[in-house]
Amino acid sequence: MTAKLHIDVSASTRPLLQLEHVSIVPKSMPTRLLVSDVSFTIAAGKTTCVVGESGSGKSLTALSVMGLLSKQLQLTAGKVLFNDAEAGIQDLTLLDAESLRKIRGAKIAMIFQEPMTSLNPVLTVGYQVGESLTAHLGLKGEGLKAKVASLLELVGIPASRANSYPDELSGGQRQRVMIAMSIACEPQLLIADEPTTALDVTVQAQILTLLDELKTRMNMAMLFITHDFGVVADIADDVVVMFRGEIVESGTKQEVLGNPQHPYTKALLACVPDAEGQKPLKPIDYAWLSEASAEVGN
Amino acid sequence: MTEAVLVANNLIKTYTQRSGKFGFGTTLVKALDSVSMSLRAGSTLAVVGESGSGKSTLARCLLQLQPLDSGEVLFAGQDLSKMNGAELRSVRKNLQMVFQDPFASLNPRMRVGEIVGEGLLIHGLGSSSEQQKKVIAMLKRVGLVEADMQKYPHEFSGGQRQRIGIARALVLQPKVVVCDEPVSALDVSIQAQILLLLKELQAEMALSYLFISHDLRVVRHIADDIVVMNQGRVVEQGAVVDIYQHPQHEYTQNLLAAIPGKKH
Repeated sequence: MTAKLHIDVSASTRPLLQLEHVSIVPKSMPTRLLVSDVSFTIAAGKTTCVVGESGSGKSLTALSVMGLLSKQLQLTAGKVLFNDAEAGIQDLTLLDAESLRKIRGAKIAMIFQEPMTSLNPVLTVGYQVGESLTAHLGLKGEGLKAKVASLLELVGIPASRANSYPDELSGGQRQRVMIAMSIACEPQLLIADEPTTALDVTVQAQILTLLDELKTRMNMAMLFITHDFGVVADIADDVVVMFRGEIVESGTKQEVLGNPQHPYTKALLACVPDAEGQKPLKPIDYAWLSEASAEVGN
Repeated sequence: MTEAVLVANNLIKTYTQRSGKFGFGTTLVKALDSVSMSLRAGSTLAVVGESGSGKSTLARCLLQLQPLDSGEVLFAGQDLSKMNGAELRSVRKNLQMVFQDPFASLNPRMRVGEIVGEGLLIHGLGSSSEQQKKVIAMLKRVGLVEADMQKYPHEFSGGQRQRIGIARALVLQPKVVVCDEPVSALDVSIQAQILLLLKELQAEMALSYLFISHDLRVVRHIADDIVVMNQGRVVEQGAVVDIYQHPQHEYTQNLLAAIPGKKH
C-alpha cells in the first residue's frame, strides 16, 4: 500500500516525457550515429523546442518518440519514458505495435511539416478529423459529427467545411485541419515537426497563437521542432539545440537565447537576421566550430 | 538619387481560372493590377507579400518570361514588352534570374561547367578557352572549386546548388539580377552565407537586385527599397528604413507584426 502510494507521488512529480540516452543508427551502417546519446525532458503543459540545421537529427528524435522510425533505422540504446496519467510510466521503445497504436493519436499526437502532403486527398477533412475519435473514443453518428464540427471551429475553420476535400483548402487551412486532427483526442503531448515552415508569415503567426492557446486550454505539452529562432522566442519554455546528432546545449529559453554557452548556439544565433537590421550577419564557420567545440569538451 | 535601371509602368497581367460546376465557367484573376516600380542602379529592391500576392508573376513579367497584358518595362530606355524574340535574347544577357528551388532549377543531366557556361555559349562571348576561364573564375568566386565543373548537380548540397545558380546568372556580368526567393529553401546558417555572398557580389560587379521574399527579416538585411504587394496591387513602397519604422498601410503593419520573435 505504502509502496503504491510512493509510486503515485513520484509519477505525478516526474516529467511527462523523458528521453534517456537515445541513439539511432542506420541498420546498414551500425557505426554511424545519426542521433547520439540524446537526453531531455518535457514537463506537462510546457513547450520544448528542438532547434538545429537539416541533418542534425531533430526530426529523427521526434519520430523515435512516436515509434515511427523507418525500418532502415534502429534505436540502439536509450529509453523513451512516457508518464501517462492512467497507465503510469512506460518505456515507449519496449511497447508492441498494438499498445503503441493506442497511444498514438490518443496520448501523443503529431503534426507533420507538410500540410500539402500529409492529408489524404480522397477523403473529406471532416472524415479525417473524425477518424481518430472513432478509433480511440468510439464516437459515431451525430456525436461524432458534433465533435468534428466543434474541433474545426476551435482551429478557426467553419464547420460547414467538414465536407471539403483537402485540395479545396489553402495551405494555412490544411495545417489547421492537421492541428484539429492531432488535438482531437486531447493528447497529453503534441509533437510538431516544423508545422509552420511552409506557410506565410501572417499565417504562421496565426498558427503559433492557436497552438499556444490550445496548449494553455488543454494543459498539453509540446515538442516543437523548428530551425527558426524567431519562432522559438515566441513559443518555447525550454530549448534543446542539436548539432550533428548530438545535443550541444539545453536549458530554459532565457538561458539559451539570452546567454548561449556553446559556440554552435552562438554561431547559429548570429546567422539569424533580425527585424531591425542592426545585427551584422555572420555565417557559421564550421572549421572554427569543430575546434571550439573540442575546447568546450563536447 | 541614382538613375533607374529597370522601370515598370502600369503592368497588368490577368489569369483565367476555371470555376463553377465541373470547371465549365471561368473567372479572371488579376495577378498584377497596375503595378509600377523602379529599380535604382546598384541598389536592391525587395518585393514582399504573401503567397498569391503576385510577387513571382511580377518577376517573370519583368523579364518577359511571361507575356504582359499591358504596361511597359523599360530597360536602358527600351521597352522590353515590345521586343521580339531575337531582341529579347540579346538584351537578356543583362537581365538574369536566380530561382527559388535550387533542386529544380538546375538540369540534372548537365555538368556544372556546362550549366554555368551555357549563357556564354548562347551569347557567343569569347573563344571556348576564354569561356572556360570565365566559368572557372566565377565558380571560384562563389566558393566552389575548378574540379566541380565536371560534377552533376545531384552531387551538391542545397547551398552549393544555389551558389551554382548564382554563378550561372552572374557569369554574363548582367546589370540586373532578379532573385526569386533565393534563400527560402535553405537552412538559416546557409541562408546567411548566400545573403553575404550576394551582397559582396553586388558591390564588386555593380549589380542591381530585384529581391523577392516573404521573409521580412531577410529583406531588412539585404534591401535598400521595398515594394509591398497584396492581391496583385502595390500597397506601399519606399525606403526599407522608412517602411519598417513607419508602415502606413494596414497590410504592411500586419506583415511586420507577424515577424516571429517580436513578442518581447
